[in-house]
Amino acid sequence: MCRTVDLHQAVLAKNDTNAVELRRTLDDRGTTAVNLMSSPGSGKTALLEALLSRAAAGGTPAAAVTADLATENDATRLARSGAPVRQILTDGLCHLEAGMLRGELEGWLPEETRLLFVENVGNLVCPASYDLGETVRIALASVTEGEDKPVKYPAAFGLAHLVVITKTDLAEAVEFRREDFLRGVQQVNPGVPVIETSARTGEGVDALLAHVLRAADGRETHTPVLARQHEKHLHHHHDDDPVADHTHAPAGAADHSHAPAGVPDHSHAPAGVPDHSHAPAGTPR
Amino acid sequence: MHELSIAMAVVEQVDDALRERGAERVPVRSLTLRVGELSGVVPEALDFSFGVAAEGTVLADARLLIETVEGRARCGSCGRDTATGMPPDLWCGPCSRAMNLTGGRELEIARVVLDDVRPDDAGERHGDDDAPGVTGAQADAAADAPARDKEASHVPHR
Ligand SMILES: [Zn+2]
Repeated sequence: MCRTVDLHQAVLAKNDTNAVELRRTLDDRGTTAVNLMSSPGSGKTALLEALLSRAAAGGTPAAAVTADLATENDATRLARSGAPVRQILTDGLCHLEAGMLRGELEGWLPEETRLLFVENVGNLVCPASYDLGETVRIALASVTEGEDKPVKYPAAFGLAHLVVITKTDLAEAVEFRREDFLRGVQQVNPGVPVIETSARTGEGVDALLAHVLRAADGRETHTPVLARQHEKHLHHHHDDDPVADHTHAPAGAADHSHAPAGVPDHSHAPAGVPDHSHAPAGTPR
Repeated sequence: MHELSIAMAVVEQVDDALRERGAERVPVRSLTLRVGELSGVVPEALDFSFGVAAEGTVLADARLLIETVEGRARCGSCGRDTATGMPPDLWCGPCSRAMNLTGGRELEIARVVLDDVRPDDAGERHGDDDAPGVTGAQADAAADAPARDKEASHVPHR
């Protein structure tokens, strides 16, 4: 004799609960978390350095948490911007989890922090599965990594609210095929804004910071197709507005979203189309 | 490889769930997971990790059954309903618009099958069915389960 117990529990339920609570705590104090994901060597730390400096220059209190398997080099680099910086050593773990971030922020994150950048572990596979309580999730790829990154790592790029290309100053030298990259992005994450940057020349850094600030104010929204099934469970923002369609970019925002040449801007769902951004009835969770 | 973290989360959650039901020492015969094709989890890696994570727990001898859920999307304009493929193509070319995902991101513990139950345990079970976080269908689950297990499209060798 045996017995079956139906559980129907999300495997990452514990992480998701932590993420929801962290997002709420941050919301309440006016802090927006930005989760940065990329492979190692994509130039994420250099870009973050530039972002922190620009934020400081523009009077936006920003802080950063950087996760690494073992060294503290990144934190040392980032601290040069003058922003509060904290290093999380994951001791070999390939990704950050919301509970780890929560624990790290407690009693440390300065009250006035407006933007909290979270530099995830350099890895495009594992971190994609973990919501960290961020409002903006950014997937980055450098021009030196090849054009097929988005389709090779569909979860990382597919779940991003924003895709950032780094090291554009090298694009010509490495013969980066921009159109191929953008086509891949469009396939896994239709309508996601793409911003091209170079930490060395400063290209795109202001645009990126401006984009993040608009997203923090809810003026710049993109909901990835891949995220829509789960979105309403994870985003505290939407709790009071359970039926709103968040897939429409606000009017006037299109000029910032760089719909790349030859790729139409698809972030506007046509009028009159029913809202499909919610999990179908009967979906467990 | 985050599958090990995931396997550990699975073991912990099953353990908690059984504890809530007073069945923490009852060996688990099988454990069924639903894994979406677009969940970012590799079934083979999860299967391997599960063996490691389950060691020394009530799940140590459990057969892991993984139900793979296909990625599917539907176009809100033309109604085309299609497999997304992997990597997914979420763009309806003819309509020039994003499709809507209808499945493929699942990552859930569907059910466990426990070994022999003493009759008095069975009595206690009914109250537990109404516990928070527990779905209603347990009562008929036992009859239902064998048929559903056959649907598993990925049954690893363990
Ligand atoms: Zn269509």
